[in-house]
Amino acid sequence: MTRTLQAAWTIARKDLRIEARSRELVYTTLFFAVACLLVFAFAFVRERPIDNAAAGILWVALAFSGTLALGRTFERERQGETLRALLLAPVERGAVYLGKLIALLLLMAAVELIVVPIVGLLFSAPLLRAPALLAGLLALGTIGFAAIGTLFAAMLVRASSRDVLLPILLYPMTAPLLIAGVQGTAAIFADEPNLALAENWLAMLLFFDAVVVTVALWVFGAVMTE
Amino acid sequence: MSGGPHAPEPDDFDHVTVRDVSRTFGRRRALARVSLDCRAGEILAVLGPNGAGKSTLLGILATLMRPTDGEIRYGARTAAEAGDGLRGRIGVLGHDLFLYGELTARENLRFFGRLYGVGDLDGTVDAALTAARLSDRADDRAGAFSRGLRQRLALERALLHAPRLVLLDEPFTGLDDDSAAHLSARLRDLRRRGAIVVMATHDFETADAVVDRAVCLDNGRVRDVAAGPGPLRERYRHALREARA
Repeated sequence: MTRTLQAAWTIARKDLRIEARSRELVYTTLFFAVACLLVFAFAFVRERPIDNAAAGILWVALAFSGTLALGRTFERERQGETLRALLLAPVERGAVYLGKLIALLLLMAAVELIVVPIVGLLFSAPLLRAPALLAGLLALGTIGFAAIGTLFAAMLVRASSRDVLLPILLYPMTAPLLIAGVQGTAAIFADEPNLALAENWLAMLLFFDAVVVTVALWVFGAVMTE
Repeated sequence: MSGGPHAPEPDDFDHVTVRDVSRTFGRRRALARVSLDCRAGEILAVLGPNGAGKSTLLGILATLMRPTDGEIRYGARTAAEAGDGLRGRIGVLGHDLFLYGELTARENLRFFGRLYGVGDLDGTVDAALTAARLSDRADDRAGAFSRGLRQRLALERALLHAPRLVLLDEPFTGLDDDSAAHLSARLRDLRRRGAIVVMATHDFETADAVVDRAVCLDNGRVRDVAAGPGPLRERYRHALREARA
């Protein structure tokens, strides 16, 4: 287990080092997310934002920008067929999955650190009403999204139509997660907040993540062996 | 210098046996009941026209692919019996070089060294850079190297953990005469140290000087290339003609 975690961290650190050098993913993902928010802000904010708009727009921006990051992070592994090199390493193949997942999560977290305050600013969202609960929803939602996305992106890395297939597979599978995220966040942002309801959605996200990560770790080795 | 098997490990093997291995991709048959043996201290060339199944065979030997039928034994054990540790005894130099262009030569080697649990990482990486004759460019990005330099780096990456089974797919591609001679010397060194080397190549002239035995794959079927006098290319053509007769 320790060896698996060490290998996963080695892979994640390698991804982060490459990203720190190129800043390609963080810039494209961030600019895309901010552009989304601005477009929505011009469309939905007049004197005051439409009810629940902030929650939906936040999660749409995160999901779309996350998809962008997913595709690109595995495109890097396709160049030079380095994903095969990772699969050849004498560690559980789940470590490869975990490493890619950790790197993606850290990247998405960095983007969220900038995007969430912008949502607060543009849509007058009360970010500090229940900050721990909001952070929990975002963290668990991001983990679930990245967990499913990492598995599918790895499976599709050699498919010629991967850019089309990834969203087709990803969005239906992550729909429950996105709904839970939006509903939970909306319950916090509402004029009459319902924190108990938000906690219920948080619990659902936790359950979803546990199932998704377990299944992904279980099947990753098998699906990556051609 | 890195690159040769160190002291035998508990799960080491001294031969690889391929028995009746077939592999299909949809309706296309890539390998058809292929059987061959490779022994420690031997360099086996796998020859054949494009699309003959050479890379598929190497992929299956590397455990990246599963055979549709048949089995491969690494010593006495199959890949499933040997577990993840088996991959630590296999080194692969693919046609794609398995290098990160954004990382430097040293960072590439350190990364793979860590994944493979290589001991004395700094010393091993320095030795590998010396073997690749890249010490003076160790901190340059691999993406900035020419194909030949990347090929040399990729070879040392494949040998970093002193594998028992070395699988090389077109290792002479993109190498100048000097680098090809260097690679040939590395292959002889591996043989001397008791590695099992399986090499798919189209470079008959260069391979002729180093291989101990050759087999020919054609349309997924394997046939021995006769040992003995005459250039490897002629013996290969003869085997191919017989296979197609």
